Amino acid sequence: MDVAVRPQAATVMREPSPAGRFGEYGGRYVPESLVPACREVDEAFRAAWSDPRFRSQLTGLLRAYAGRPTALTPAWRLSAELGVTVLLKREDLVHTGSHKINNVLGQALLARRMGKKHLLAETGAGQHGVAAATAAALLGLGCTVFMGERDIERQALNVHRMRMLGATVVPVTTGSRTLKDACSEALRHWVTTVDDAYYCVGSVIGPHPYPWMVREFQRVIGDEARAQCAEHLPAGTPDYVVACVGGGSNAAGTFAGFVDTPARLIGVEAAGGAPLSDGVPGVLHGFRSQLLQDDDGQVREAHSLSAGLDYPGVGPEHAYLRDLGRARYVTADDDEAVAALHRLARTEGILCALESAHAVAWVLRAAGTPELPAGSTVLVTLSGRGDKDMPTLMGETC
Amino acid sequence: MLSLRKDRKLFLPYVTGGVVPQWTDHLLALQDAGADAIEVGLPFSDPMLDGAVVQRASDQAIARGATVDAILADLDRIRGDLRVPLIAFTYTNLVERRGADRFCAMLREHGFGGLILPDLPVDEAGPVLAAAGDLDLVQLAAPATPPDRLERICATSRGFVYAVSVMGVTGERDTLTAEAYGLAGRLKALTDLPVLLGFGISGREQARQAGAVADGVAVGAAVMRRILDGATPADLGTLATEIRAGLDSAQV
Repeated sequence: MDVAVRPQAATVMREPSPAGRFGEYGGRYVPESLVPACREVDEAFRAAWSDPRFRSQLTGLLRAYAGRPTALTPAWRLSAELGVTVLLKREDLVHTGSHKINNVLGQALLARRMGKKHLLAETGAGQHGVAAATAAALLGLGCTVFMGERDIERQALNVHRMRMLGATVVPVTTGSRTLKDACSEALRHWVTTVDDAYYCVGSVIGPHPYPWMVREFQRVIGDEARAQCAEHLPAGTPDYVVACVGGGSNAAGTFAGFVDTPARLIGVEAAGGAPLSDGVPGVLHGFRSQLLQDDDGQVREAHSLSAGLDYPGVGPEHAYLRDLGRARYVTADDDEAVAALHRLARTEGILCALESAHAVAWVLRAAGTPELPAGSTVLVTLSGRGDKDMPTLMGETC
Repeated sequence: MLSLRKDRKLFLPYVTGGVVPQWTDHLLALQDAGADAIEVGLPFSDPMLDGAVVQRASDQAIARGATVDAILADLDRIRGDLRVPLIAFTYTNLVERRGADRFCAMLREHGFGGLILPDLPVDEAGPVLAAAGDLDLVQLAAPATPPDRLERICATSRGFVYAVSVMGVTGERDTLTAEAYGLAGRLKALTDLPVLLGFGISGREQARQAGAVADGVAVGAAVMRRILDGATPADLGTLATEIRAGLDSAQV
């Protein structure tokens, strides 16, 4: 398989086409009212990303504020038990507790550079909302976070954190009252506030340029891990690179660092929300990708214990990587994820997020099989820490 | 192909297909009270450009089992009584799901003359345009649309040009904004197609104001709020008569 895909490696995970296409996916399916705003973000990002001053500002914040680079931790005991060498990329260690801060610092700096006064964000589990509220406080911007009513009930702690950081949390009461509806409501609100507000999308989803821009802001995960692997591993690169996929931003950032190596890329979706396994092509929230939907085109709700993977769509670039055969997408269910979380806690002393536990779960299941043969080296990105999931794991409704 | 009257200002009410059991009676009442064409909403679970009223109508219709097939079957039953053109108003995913060719062919077979997709900007419209044939794909323009795009939108649009009167979602509003007048004026200078103002037009006075600068109005939330509140077809007829009167009194 590697031999067949290598010729494409040089061209994938670079800049998409000017229309924001990754193969047949991506694009910009937004109301005409938002087209000028998306173009403005696109132009501003292009200019900023090629401006060394912007880059050094962002790098400075990622170091001095967010705590990068994050560690690459060899999981000694787990490796011995599984017979494979497991390396953990520790996004659970950054400020606010998940990789979301990488993207948000980039976009908040961009918003300020564009002269915007206010950030809009959608959130599911609340990790992106907390990150956006944090960056807004840091840079002196206003912040409004849209969150489904059901998620507000499930994630009370993060709602309090956002409010304490000065953000306004707007409950979304329509549809399934979860992340998908929060995205729709954030887009609706953006239409009315487009002059002053910047829409800070939380994953590699949304209209062009967001999937590309968010991947670029998350690329730091993969770039760091690549350099760290070069130090740790005799071969220089791992045999496998594994990350969980909801919208897919931590996976996209991780994969970007390894797409031009022989490493096999594995994305792990929640079994109850796996558009790359169970979806068909569709258009939602401004982009074309694989989408959970019925025969009429009505979007189906995802169901996962981890609110961060509870999304019926997936970043368009992941759909493209799947079609190319450059990345493989598998699933892990709720029970496997919970078991993996417990096992990682007991063997390594790391309480990871339920989302990240899906990636660990695949490694536990596959190790020693032809899917992940004994003796392999595998890098797993831990996208965040598990504190937010304690009420769920304790069987409480918080 | 949409054939719209040229001898008066145009009134295009919107009704979400399948929202209530007797929804086609509402269509016929609107026709009898002076509608020049009717927008039939094919409901979508995630209507990005719709405000609370049309969202609620969409959810209610979907919960009632209003699939595209069921809506088309309802319309077939009143086909003999329909004298005005039908325009489908839906979101791109419903087209994607069936494929543009099949979707457009299906609408044509069921007597539709036009199609409005509010989340399909002109840059992404290629595949649907290629499949549309006689079905007029109506383009939308917004107050924020820059001049070069307005030209492209006017050149691409068929049937009429839909001028979105506010930077916002569908829903009733008290007044017609200055940006609505400005947009209608810019579009009229660029195209011979009818220019219809929509979003927020909810009564006689706004219809009169809109009729002074545009070729007519599209009215959605004001209709759907009444249907959701239990209005009878006769009640809707009253609203339609008011809007018709507003348009007919417009001073051009």
